[in-house]
Amino acid sequence: MANITYIGPDGTVRTVDGELGSTVMETAIKNNVPGIEAECGGACACATCHVYVDEAWTEKVGGPSPMEEDMLDFGYDVKPNSRLSCQIKVTNELEGLVLRIPERQA
Amino acid sequence: MLDRTPMTEAIKTDVLIIGAGPCGLFAVFELGLLDMKTHLVDILDKIGGQCAELYPEKPIYDIPGIPYCTGQSLVADLMKQIKPFGPQFHLQEMIETIEKIGDPLFRVTTDQGKVFEAKVVVIAAGGGSFQPKRPPIKGIEAYEGTSVHYAVRKMEQFRDKRVLIVGGGDSALDWTLNLAPIASHLTLLHRRDQFRAAPDSVNKMMSLVGEGKIDFVLGQVTTLEGANGQVSKAIVKRNDGSNFEIACDALLPFFGLTMKLGPVTNWGLELKDDEYIPVNTADFETNIPGIFAIGDINWYPGKLKLILSGFHEGALMAQKAHRYVYPDKKLTFQYTTSSTSLQKKLGVA
Repeated sequence: MANITYIGPDGTVRTVDGELGSTVMETAIKNNVPGIEAECGGACACATCHVYVDEAWTEKVGGPSPMEEDMLDFGYDVKPNSRLSCQIKVTNELEGLVLRIPERQA
Repeated sequence: MLDRTPMTEAIKTDVLIIGAGPCGLFAVFELGLLDMKTHLVDILDKIGGQCAELYPEKPIYDIPGIPYCTGQSLVADLMKQIKPFGPQFHLQEMIETIEKIGDPLFRVTTDQGKVFEAKVVVIAAGGGSFQPKRPPIKGIEAYEGTSVHYAVRKMEQFRDKRVLIVGGGDSALDWTLNLAPIASHLTLLHRRDQFRAAPDSVNKMMSLVGEGKIDFVLGQVTTLEGANGQVSKAIVKRNDGSNFEIACDALLPFFGLTMKLGPVTNWGLELKDDEYIPVNTADFETNIPGIFAIGDINWYPGKLKLILSGFHEGALMAQKAHRYVYPDKKLTFQYTTSSTSLQKKLGVA
């Protein structure tokens, strides 16, 4: 398990347990974290699980793959620290990860 | 295999299938074994539905007996499997109306003016029809159809206009190249300098930029300004967070496709949550006798949106459809493994 914190656009903070090996998107859906839609179910085929990785974590989490970068073209207010949460795997190294949820999904 | 029947003449078929995704394709097989001829209509320009459009290269692990395949390979194999039954495809067409004209006989029209007369209609439309995605720009609805367009119907309408094209895929690049000589000024806006488009188009676009014929700008549109549906400028956010304006008379956003239920809601069918078509689990028929719904678009207690469930639904649907198409024939259940008559239909006996 790794603690993951989701901060909503209104500032609401939710910290939940992420199962190792699952994705940050799945963790959000399982725990009813609002603002993550994941329309395509995690196939990296939409941009509705878009999150901003907290600046302190961008290096550890890493950047998007070229395919994910392509999908981010469809996101709303995409920033340099934007990722699709279905493409981030929960690992021990990500214990304490902080993410922000955009105002809206695509 | 594409049908070229003139627009006005009604195409007569036993069964009309709406949607050429995996469930629609396998329905051709089950209907074909029972001697029913099929026509399929799909809004996409290719066969395969979501498997072809959303995840052609993505792995699928839960098709019984096939440990691994991709969206595209599943479609290719289904096409091989249904080939003996000669299904007719009508691509890039959307069904607009379904009217009951017999018992049962349906008159079905497409947005391209094609007319079908089918004894049975099978809705296998998945999440609905693929339509251009509205980009996440505040207030864009007010300009749609007037100065914001998601498709180019007539290039002439952009003559001597200041055109802003947004996106980084093939559609955005293609229309940039096509409209550059027509527009008085053309700007291509994309959030990064990488494209999801044919390298040749990107090179051509870059040379137009080099020649000073068009502008290529990095950023994302946040708001539009204008009046009475006529856009006058777009407020664009740079990647560093600062804003600037692009004056334009027309905005063409190309943000890919999304699925919408579309005209399905007008056909007199019961709906659940405005999203799904309720069916019974004995034959997957809707509230209108003769109209069936299979695959992701239907709903019943315990429904799972799995391709394998859609295959099962198609098999049971075909049994009931047979009663409408051949009211006087008795249906005997047979296996492809042992039935010579089925094997003849498959072209293997």
